[in-house]
Amino acid sequence: MENNPNAHTVRAFDKEIENLRTLIGEMGGLAESQVIDAVGVLMRRDVDEAAQVAARDQQLDLMEAEAERQAVTIIALRGPLADDLRDIIATMKISNIIERIGDYAKNIAKRVPTLSMTPPVAPLVIIPEMTKLAAAMVRDALDAYAHRDARLALDVMERDQRVDEYYNSLFRSLLTYMMENPHHISASAHLLFIAKNLERIGDHATNIAEMVYFSATGERASERAKSDETTSISANSGK
Amino acid sequence: MNVMTQTMNAGAAIGQQPKAPKMQARDVRVHYGAKEALKGVSIDVSNDEVTAFIGPSGCGKSTFLRCLNRMNDTVPNARVSGSITLDGRDIYAPTMDVVQLRARVGMVFQKPNPFPKSIYENVAYGPRIHGLARKKADMDIIVEKSLRRAGLWDEVKDRLADSGTALSGGQQQRLCIARAIAVSPEVILMDEPASALDPIATAKIEELIDELRGRYAIVIVTHNMHQAARVSQKTAFFHLGTLVEYGDTSEIFTNPREARTKDYITGRYG
Repeated sequence: MENNPNAHTVRAFDKEIENLRTLIGEMGGLAESQVIDAVGVLMRRDVDEAAQVAARDQQLDLMEAEAERQAVTIIALRGPLADDLRDIIATMKISNIIERIGDYAKNIAKRVPTLSMTPPVAPLVIIPEMTKLAAAMVRDALDAYAHRDARLALDVMERDQRVDEYYNSLFRSLLTYMMENPHHISASAHLLFIAKNLERIGDHATNIAEMVYFSATGERASERAKSDETTSISANSGK
Repeated sequence: MNVMTQTMNAGAAIGQQPKAPKMQARDVRVHYGAKEALKGVSIDVSNDEVTAFIGPSGCGKSTFLRCLNRMNDTVPNARVSGSITLDGRDIYAPTMDVVQLRARVGMVFQKPNPFPKSIYENVAYGPRIHGLARKKADMDIIVEKSLRRAGLWDEVKDRLADSGTALSGGQQQRLCIARAIAVSPEVILMDEPASALDPIATAKIEELIDELRGRYAIVIVTHNMHQAARVSQKTAFFHLGTLVEYGDTSEIFTNPREARTKDYITGRYG
């Protein structure tokens, strides 16, 4: 305890918080690899492994339930205050967000069998790059959480715009693609959902970063404008 | 008609100056002999809010509380400097009647300390020595009103002649609060009023504090962080004789500005 000036007098409290934070770290790692794996099997058209990726999501659900149980126990038994309170509340929310990220990865994996039966559509090539960005946001948001790093959290928030830009451009090209050849509509529609999922994953990583920022500083990061332009893009403007 | 005018003026004054502090302390220092126990505390006590003083043992919070009704006058070697005003009047001025002051600024202690007299007499004693009731009927009204406000009336109305010391700890404490209320104080100081009570009696005291809020300015010293969070609107954190941080209770307990406050309330102190 003497080594850590930030330690609580009651050491069991530190241990409980640490256990919970470790669990969140594991959840985040799993969610990140689920996103990467889901897109990996999509690109490789590996239907068997896609099923495995989808099945692994259950693990995240269980971990989220466990994280919530631990957080509720800490609140009930320790009555955390100030930064401890912010930390626990943020942790509960973050575990919920990670679980949602897992759901998006599962959703991507579940589209693989259908997409594997159709000819590949050209805009697909953007997906791996977009995934790299979104997954890195998830990883860095969780790193920021682990180290209570408000600056890294801000950095993650700023990167969300790039994922949005990928999504906007993919949206445009898919519209064009569908108009040029109606045979591509089914695959393009699925791809559009996948792109939307990745865009949402970026949003969720941003939400995690906002939680981390609040937990670390006690202040809210200022609201940023969303740069999703697709709400105003029509088939005509898509040309 | 006079009364009307006064009331209206008072209303206008409140409207013009929202939350004029009931008590104002400026650079209050207390020495016990050569030792400086309080190192220059400045704080406003608001009229319509409960103020909690928190801090580790020996931080000066009780010493400061005792300054507010000059209880430190009775401590040998204690020397108080700085200024404390009640409604703008210096309570340490030579012209201040200390007995009157303590009627206006009442105190409830950690351990319930009823007089070894009847429940009725415990409450009636203060009003009697202050000459607040001429007739028995007037006194009956004061006693009932005080016991009602202290949330004790229904429990004791049929045994007012019983000894106050025969009540349970929680009832004794509420009797002491009734005793403080009986002399129509403006400020009530409470020094760990619930620390010797079980959770149910504690909850009753906390509920009572909430009910009394608005009628009296209340200052409570407590070691129980969550009690401070539950009952107060303003919290002051004392440490080593200084006032480290003072602010809205909700802010202090979720996002304190000072690292020392944070360390103390989250259990990292020492």
